[in-house]
Amino acid sequence: MKEQTVNYKFIKLLFACLMIIGISLSGSDIESYGFSEQVIQHGATGDDVIELQARLQYIGFYNGKIDGVFGWGTYWAVRNFQYEFGLEVDGLVGQKTKDTLTRASNYNEQYVKEQIRSGNKFTHYGGQDLQQQTDNQNRNQTQQGGGQQGQQQNQRAEQEATQNQSPETTATNVPKGFSQNDIQLLAQAVYSEARGEPYEGQVAVAAVILNRLDSPTFPDSIAGIIYEPLAFTAVADGQFYLTPDDTSRRAVMDAINGWDPSGGAIYYFNPDTATSSWIWSRPQIKRIGKHIFCN
Amino acid sequence: MFRWGLITVLSIGVIGSVIWGYQEHQDKNAILIQAENSYQRAFHDLTYRIDLLSDKISTVLATNTPEKLSPQLAEIWKITSDAHADVGQLPLTLLPFNKTEEFLTNIGDFSYRVAIRRLEEDPLNDDEIDYLNRLHEQANDIRRELRTVQNNVINDGLRWMDVELALATNEPSDNTIIDGLKTIEKNTEQFTETDRQGGFSFTTAREDREINLTGKQYDEGEIEQFVRDRFELESEVDLAINETGEGSDIPMYHISFETDDLYGYADVTKQGANMISYLLTREIGDRELGLHDGMNEATQLLNEIGYENVEPISSAQYEQVGVYQYVFVDDDNIYFHPDLIQVKVALDNGEIIGLNARDYIINQNTRETETYETSLTEEEAIERVNPNLDIQETRLAVIESDLGEEILTYELIGTMNDQTYRIYINSEDGFEERVELLRQTEELFR
Repeated sequence: MKEQTVNYKFIKLLFACLMIIGISLSGSDIESYGFSEQVIQHGATGDDVIELQARLQYIGFYNGKIDGVFGWGTYWAVRNFQYEFGLEVDGLVGQKTKDTLTRASNYNEQYVKEQIRSGNKFTHYGGQDLQQQTDNQNRNQTQQGGGQQGQQQNQRAEQEATQNQSPETTATNVPKGFSQNDIQLLAQAVYSEARGEPYEGQVAVAAVILNRLDSPTFPDSIAGIIYEPLAFTAVADGQFYLTPDDTSRRAVMDAINGWDPSGGAIYYFNPDTATSSWIWSRPQIKRIGKHIFCN
Repeated sequence: MFRWGLITVLSIGVIGSVIWGYQEHQDKNAILIQAENSYQRAFHDLTYRIDLLSDKISTVLATNTPEKLSPQLAEIWKITSDAHADVGQLPLTLLPFNKTEEFLTNIGDFSYRVAIRRLEEDPLNDDEIDYLNRLHEQANDIRRELRTVQNNVINDGLRWMDVELALATNEPSDNTIIDGLKTIEKNTEQFTETDRQGGFSFTTAREDREINLTGKQYDEGEIEQFVRDRFELESEVDLAINETGEGSDIPMYHISFETDDLYGYADVTKQGANMISYLLTREIGDRELGLHDGMNEATQLLNEIGYENVEPISSAQYEQVGVYQYVFVDDDNIYFHPDLIQVKVALDNGEIIGLNARDYIINQNTRETETYETSLTEEEAIERVNPNLDIQETRLAVIESDLGEEILTYELIGTMNDQTYRIYINSEDGFEERVELLRQTEELFR
C-alpha cells in the first residue's frame, strides 16, 4: 500500500516534469494568462477559480468539472499540488502557489471560456488535442427546433447574457445542501407573502419556513411545507407563482445562511387580516412590519 | 326583416353564453372534485395508517425475540412518517392538530431509537414496555375517533372542501370533521401531559435546558445608545425599537433603522446587551476583494468585539458577498461546532454587513461542564471508519449528538470516489456518530 502511493506520486511528479519540459519546448505560441492578486480559497467563485481548475487539470491534479467554484474537489487538488511541489500544504492559493502553478502548467483561456460559453462538456488536460476534449453534443446544436435564424438569435442572446454576467461560472455554492430550485421556491414564497415588508421581515418569513423543517408538527421538505393546504394564503390564491425579485432571493439566502430575525418562530400572521382565533393564542415572539411572529 | 335578424343574432348570443356558462360550470366542478378527491385520499390513507400503527404496536408488545423486534419497530417508524405526510396534505394548518402530529413523531422517534440499539444486549425494559402499552392505548383511541369521523364522512357525504372553507373563513363551525379532530387533539393533549410527568419526554437535552446570560438588565434607552455606538449612527437617524413577547426564549430588543444608503436591523439581549444578530442591507458595488480578504476582515472584527478564540470552518462566495462560519476553539485546540458564529462581508469594500452569534452567545454562557475524555487515539479512530475512505484531515471536535448532548469526537474528513465525507467518531467509545457527504457545488441549470 505504502509503496503504491509512493509510486503514484513519483509518476505524477514525472508527469509534471515532462509537462514543464513540454511547455518550454513548445515555445510561446500559446498565450499564458495570469491570476489576479487575490488569494483564492475554498468557497471562492469566478475567473480565477476557472483558471486554477484548468491549470490543475492540465497537469492531472484535478479531474472534476471546470465550473469556476472552489469546492472540495478543487481543494484536494490544490493540496496535492502543494504537496508534490514542496509548498506549504494549506489549500490556500497564494502568490507562491500561483507562481509555481503558472510555471508548471498551461492555460488556454480562449478555449476554456469558449467551451463554458457554449455550454459544452469539456476537459483541459495537457498533452492532448483540445478538439478531442470537448463533447460536440452541445446544447445549442441539439436544440434544432426553432430554425436557423431563431437559433442564431438564441445563441447571440445567450452569449450576451453570459457576457454581461461576469464571472462566467457554470456552478454555484450550495448553502447547507439546499439546491437552487429549493431556493427559488423559498424566494417565491417570500416574495408573494412579504414583498412589501422591511428586509428583515422577508428574512424572517424565509426563516419560519426553515424552522418548520425542524419542527415535528410540519412536513419535512420545503415543498411539503409551502404547499401544505391553508398554510400560506399566497399559495392558495396563486400569487405564489409571481416572479420573485432579487431582494426576496437575498432574504432567502440570508435565512439559509443562519440569520433568523423571527427568533425561532414557526407561525406568523397579519393581525389586521387574520381570521383564526387560534393563531392569536400562540405565544408571540415579536412584530416585524405587518407580521406578528409566534411559536 | 331587420327585427328577425336582430332576434336571430341575440338568440345565438344567448344560447352561446348558456353553453359557455355550462362548460365553465363543468370545468369548475371537475377541479373542485379533483381537489376534494386528493383530500379524501389523504384522509382515508391516514385512518388506514393509524389502524395499522395500532396493530403494529400490539404485535411489538407480543414479540419476544429481539431479532424480530427491530424490523417491526422500523416499520412503525415508517408508518408514522407516512401518516405524518398524510396529515401534511390535509387543510389542518389552522386547526389545533399539532399535539396529534407530535404524538405521531414521538412514536416514530421512540421506535427509531429502540430499533437502532443492540436489542440482544439491551432489551426493552419495563418502563419502555409500559410506555409502549400506553402508546398503544392512545393509538387505539385515535383510531376509534378517526374511524368514527371516517364513517360520518362516507355515510353523510361530508366534504373536506367545506372543512377548508370553514377554517379559512373562521365561521363558528359545527362541522363534524372539525369536531371529531378536535376531540382527538384534546385526548392526545391529556395523554402527552401525563406522559411528560411520567418522565418520557422527547424534547432533547438541548431544548430542555435553561438559557443563562450574565450581565445587568438594559433598558430601551441604553440599548438605543449601544446600537448607535456600534453602528456609528448619527443622532438624526431614527431607531425603531420593539420588545420581544412571551414566545421568545431570550428577552430581546429588536431595533431597525434606515439611513440614506443603508437599512439595518439588530437583535440585542436585554440582559448583558449581547448582539445576537444583525444585518445591514445596501447596494453592493463591484467586487474588489477576494473571499480570503473578506475572511481577514471578518476575523479582525470578531477579535475586536471580543470573540478571540474563534477559527473559520467554512467560507463561501455568493456573487459580491462572502459568508463565513466560525466556531469557538479552546486551548486544547478542540473545535466546538455548537458555538457557531456567521459573518457576512461585502466584497466591494470589505465591510461586515451581517453577524449572527446567537449559538455562540447562548452556548458559551450556558455550558456547564467542559471536561471531556478521550480514551481513543487518533489512529484508533481512523481504524473505525470505512477502510475505503482516504482520510485527509483530522481534528478534535465537540458536536451535538442526535439526543442533543454535547460529545467530544474525532472529526475526520476523507475522500472516496471523488466525493468528500465528514465522519465523527466518538472519542470515548469509538461509536460512529455521524457520516456526512459534503456537497458544496451545484451545476447551474440554464
